[in-house]
Amino acid sequence: MTTLLLAEHDGTHLSPDTARAVSALAGLGDIHLLVAGNAVGDIAAAASRLTGVGKVLHSDGASLAHHLAEPLTALITSLAGNYEVIAAAASSTGKSTMPRVAALLDVMQVSDVIAIDGPRTFKRPIYAGNAIQTVETTDSKIVLTVRTPLFEPAPEAGNAPIESVAAPGWSGRTRHVETQKTVSDRPELGAARVVVSGGRALGSKDQFDAVLGPLAEKLNAALGASRAAVDAGYAANDLQVGQTGKVVAPDLYIACGISGAIQHVAGIKAAKVIVAINSDPNAPIFALADYGLVGDIFTLVPELTAKL
Amino acid sequence: MKILVPVKRVVDFNVRIRVKPDGSGVDLNNVKMAMNPFDEIALEEAVRLVEAGTATEVIAVTIGPAVAQDVLRTALAMGATRAILVTTDIAPEPLAVAKILTRVARDESVDLVLLGKQAIDDDANQTGQMLAALLDWPQATFASEVTVAGEAIRVTREVDGGTQTLELTLPAVVSADLRLNQPRFVSLPNILKARSKPLSQIDSATLGLDLAPRLKVQRTEEPPARKAGATLASVDELIDRLRAQAIL
Repeated sequence: MTTLLLAEHDGTHLSPDTARAVSALAGLGDIHLLVAGNAVGDIAAAASRLTGVGKVLHSDGASLAHHLAEPLTALITSLAGNYEVIAAAASSTGKSTMPRVAALLDVMQVSDVIAIDGPRTFKRPIYAGNAIQTVETTDSKIVLTVRTPLFEPAPEAGNAPIESVAAPGWSGRTRHVETQKTVSDRPELGAARVVVSGGRALGSKDQFDAVLGPLAEKLNAALGASRAAVDAGYAANDLQVGQTGKVVAPDLYIACGISGAIQHVAGIKAAKVIVAINSDPNAPIFALADYGLVGDIFTLVPELTAKL
Repeated sequence: MKILVPVKRVVDFNVRIRVKPDGSGVDLNNVKMAMNPFDEIALEEAVRLVEAGTATEVIAVTIGPAVAQDVLRTALAMGATRAILVTTDIAPEPLAVAKILTRVARDESVDLVLLGKQAIDDDANQTGQMLAALLDWPQATFASEVTVAGEAIRVTREVDGGTQTLELTLPAVVSADLRLNQPRFVSLPNILKARSKPLSQIDSATLGLDLAPRLKVQRTEEPPARKAGATLASVDELIDRLRAQAIL
């Protein structure tokens, strides 16, 4: 079997999600990596170094500039005849594009794959991660998205050939107006080794930044937030961790003033070590934290920061 | 402008689900059911577009057994103009749902389909995109802001690392994310009023579509449990433990 994997990138850099998806799919056979975008030659070159990639397909064109689902779908379906498996990371691009591809190929997509049990058998979470389903696809082609934070990135020791593929035309019924990136010098939430996360108990945006910022700084950690903290405006939308936000799998997750609603817990279960700091000893987060500190976050977090 | 809002009947989001011990699925007996929260957000947005004079009609549609009428009554109480129940005796997968909705959207000549980004039971996040593909309409997923301007719709959507604004030529498909709005509470007078609003039925078997499932669910199981660890007495003890484990 050969897999066509859509590479994940931001227009300038190949995302670590791509290397993680490569290792997730390695068991299914040869992988051809599709690098699609506008002026992404450097990204195609970086992609060719990933171990486990047999070939890089490089498609360059203005229609592919903003990861729009429609032209990406046109590109992928034009290549689909050569592949048994078509895959992408379960990123916003992958989630938007792959079901379109699947529908046009008349197959059911397998979403958010967390384990591959066999050539046609996959594990995926349902009910916000409260149950795990094992599904076998009966379709002739397999279309899937991978929950990449759960997999180690493939190393960069390869040297795959790069082949050019024509970019599709686009009708323009979807017009890109603007993309606003959140500017941050912290590590990206989905790929960070350490995540420092805060809940509604932080009380305000200023306190959220003042209490958690220095700890994140010291640990070179990404900042995360519960849905309650995001809804209250203490943290930006894209910092939300949980079923409807980002799923993270850091080595260390420090939950500060987070009660542990099931949706939040669904997003952090894969963390290696979870530390919870909360004044409520009955908070559900303590039922899954490896280490718990019961007490005032406004005292304990600064103390932790100072002593590190 | 005519808006179609597909709403799915799912286990209420407050319910802690139970996996059946024999691995055959999730226990749905005597469990409280409700409208999928993301669909509720989509419906709220559609009703607001009617209230703003932008849209003329909101058609709520669900696919399922007769009992799924209850979410349509809720939709009517929230302000949908009328409702359609497409009956099936199987639980259709997103691809089958998209095929049924394609037919409904065409038959009703709608200009916009607004639906939740995902259902909180299967968490598939596919139906809107599949529907857009089958209709060959433009799509915007994960909408956090929607404004209509003539023949186009402007959607701000949440993407990894920020937001993106797209302008779609109508007809189009838009899927709602959490922050699009806060759905209204349904008042008793509106629940009573909803009883007399039109609700029609279509038997999915009469549509001539291939709705057979493509995925065989072999097993459903509890996720590996994380055991509660130690409650520590001090910050120093925490640092010692993390250092001992080479986490710091």
